[in-house]
Amino acid sequence: MIHEFDAVIVGAGGAGLYAALEASKTAKTAVVSKLYPQRSHTGAAQGGIGAALGNVEEDTPEWHAFDTVKGGDYLVDQNAAKILAEDAVRAVYDLENRGLPFSRLEDGKIAQRRFGGHTHHFGEGAVHRSCYAADRTGHMILQTLYQQCVKNDVQFFDEYQVVDLLLEGTTVKGIVTFELKTGELHIFKAKAVLFATGGFGRMFKITSNAHANTGDGPAILARAGIPLEDMEFFQFHPTGIRGMGILITEGVRGEGGILKNRDGERFMERYAPTLLDLAPRDMVSRAIMTEVGEGKGVRGDRKIDDYVWLDASHLGREVVEKKIPDIADFCRTYLGVDPAEEPMPVQPTAHYAMGGIPTDVDGRVDTGKQVYDGLYAAGEAACVSVHGANRLGTNSLVDLVVFGRRAGMHIAEYVKSASHGSVTEADADRARQRIDALRHRKGGRHVGPIMHRMQEVMMEKVGVYRTQEKMDQAVEEIRQLREDFKEVAVQDTGAGFNSEVLQIMELENLLDLSLITAASAANRTESRGAHAREDFPDRDDPNWLKHTMAGLDNDRVTIDFKPVDVSIWEPKPRKY
Amino acid sequence: MKVTLAIQRFNPETDSEPHVQNYQVEVEPTHRVLDALMDITQNQDGTLGYRRSCAHGVCGSDAMRINGREKLACKTLFKDLEIEEGGTLEIEPLRHLDVQKDLMVDQSTFFKKFRSVKPYFVPKAAEPEHGEFIQSPEERALFDEATKCINCAACYSACPVLDKNPNFVGPQAIVAAARFVNDSRDQGLEARLDALDQKDGVWPCESHFECTRVCPRDIKITKLINLTKRQIKKYRDARGEQTAEERAQ
Repeated sequence: MIHEFDAVIVGAGGAGLYAALEASKTAKTAVVSKLYPQRSHTGAAQGGIGAALGNVEEDTPEWHAFDTVKGGDYLVDQNAAKILAEDAVRAVYDLENRGLPFSRLEDGKIAQRRFGGHTHHFGEGAVHRSCYAADRTGHMILQTLYQQCVKNDVQFFDEYQVVDLLLEGTTVKGIVTFELKTGELHIFKAKAVLFATGGFGRMFKITSNAHANTGDGPAILARAGIPLEDMEFFQFHPTGIRGMGILITEGVRGEGGILKNRDGERFMERYAPTLLDLAPRDMVSRAIMTEVGEGKGVRGDRKIDDYVWLDASHLGREVVEKKIPDIADFCRTYLGVDPAEEPMPVQPTAHYAMGGIPTDVDGRVDTGKQVYDGLYAAGEAACVSVHGANRLGTNSLVDLVVFGRRAGMHIAEYVKSASHGSVTEADADRARQRIDALRHRKGGRHVGPIMHRMQEVMMEKVGVYRTQEKMDQAVEEIRQLREDFKEVAVQDTGAGFNSEVLQIMELENLLDLSLITAASAANRTESRGAHAREDFPDRDDPNWLKHTMAGLDNDRVTIDFKPVDVSIWEPKPRKY
Repeated sequence: MKVTLAIQRFNPETDSEPHVQNYQVEVEPTHRVLDALMDITQNQDGTLGYRRSCAHGVCGSDAMRINGREKLACKTLFKDLEIEEGGTLEIEPLRHLDVQKDLMVDQSTFFKKFRSVKPYFVPKAAEPEHGEFIQSPEERALFDEATKCINCAACYSACPVLDKNPNFVGPQAIVAAARFVNDSRDQGLEARLDALDQKDGVWPCESHFECTRVCPRDIKITKLINLTKRQIKKYRDARGEQTAEERAQ
């Protein structure tokens, strides 16, 4: 079946929904999502959205932009960071005006809290910049944007999994999707397609990400020959629930929570004397892994799954129940720990892809050498780049509302003058052959063992601390797993609601992105932001102040580069 | 420990009746029921159908009936189920919604009812030129409870009223309305009166408290429904009008 729209938005998280609201003002727009709306992982974001409102103390977008650049270890494109910080203020007001229930200050204004790496006067001290709704800020953003889509009658295609991109040269003409309900392939013919498919943390064993975060958009684009940017930079959030990876917001530390090692020592004093526990995430995660490596983890066995304490008990019950109620609930449910009474056991958890689909500041896919007309990306799937080598807390929500909106606005203009490409049923053949092949392999492998091995390899060999030897091993092992994957077969031969087919395609996407991530990481012989190498411990600006552009050519990853915009602030050593 | 999951299965393409299939799984007390379901589909039987995403109780995908009670599979740990080595856990799909396959139910009716209450912001005043609407922490607290809802449909399945009146708008839709009715920035009740003050709106609720008992977000749903009833009554009384319930008597 062929559906015709001006614009198709793939993904119904914050970026996709915001883009849909904007695009649908002029363009006939469809939102296609593999989940029901409101299930997307934007809803799991907790601590807040950064914007220099100055509701608590003096603040400026310029300081926010600077913090973003410094936080990203100067791999951030600086004009993009400026746009991010300036648009953030307008975006937060817009969300509030659309009903978002922010927590409030005594004077009735939007409440703001401190967050990692966010400072006043270019690093002098922590600033109250994170606008929050308790510890459910992402939930509120997702709800509010979906409510607005209901109000504006945006058209949704729920449980349609994107499986292929249709290009005519370098101009988009549509996508192919798999409808879960029927197992049929639907082509969406469109002048503009936006990929807002979110992250891909499920390539790691311990992750805060949803099972659905399998990087479908970036993987499809990589297979279509579009290189992905800065894939070696994957953020490990310092405070995931031990063993499970469930996120414990940085907002806990923003409210005064403290990290402690087995001796009860506040070890961040030794790593970041000014910002302490509110240093950027890459530094705090490394500090934790260093403590663990020195036998100062709680168990003290120096293994990578040892953990430390996050203590919020001194904040008192009222603060815990009011400011971090969901965290308290998670801890009680999954750990049997009451954070108002006892410390929480935490370990770094794979959290956020700084890299992804390369775009300009209007969401257009732009590799630096080629702009793809009508093709857009936004949110975690995209790399603008505003996060560089390490994203600051709260900037993911800023990214998706700022650039989701900007992409939607650009699409609304673009479709006015663009024309449709030519699309026929035969355009679904490539996807159909892939799925038929899965269905007709006999006696094949299950997805489970391959998925688990991939997650272990990525966690152990492309984790917080990296070496050439381990990353090279990871590349080889992932290559082998991609071979093993060719023997995975579907057991479920039914047509309707066959979620097994989806899971297999998701695993394929993760394997492709794992290979690109490991190869990009193995290639960068310096340490910068989240890419921390024991064998190259220093940042190397003369050789490596550049974005990686990694293409997928069957089982080879091709590496190219793109310059970084450093037009405002000169790169300096990063101290907190 | 080894336990058995007795899962109700139904594939409308091939089955005329639902049947129960037993799966043996090895679990730790700290495992989620979702972990066991995923173990089955990834390593034993890829044909089992269920929905899941976030795996920590915030996306609302995996509500189902576990030992006869509506729960999120990702927020239910084996240690909390009082199950022992060799024990059996019964798992069924939600009620009041058609089964699509195994534990997957058709949520379109549920979402249609949700949409019917205008679950979106209808501002009282013109948007500020620049900046934000002002709202005190006390005003904000009045609707905090209702903002927690994740639309998982556990309450909709547990509601005994829906057994006899399938047209009842259901607990979740009333929570969605209450989220705005009690927001000082919103036009509130007036904008949603048609949907709420009608025979299948708030009035069929008989305060069984089943919705409140099963809500994985601990929302005091029944209390919110009764509050909404009182607000409607007060609104009608002030205008010398009758509520839909009074008119029906």
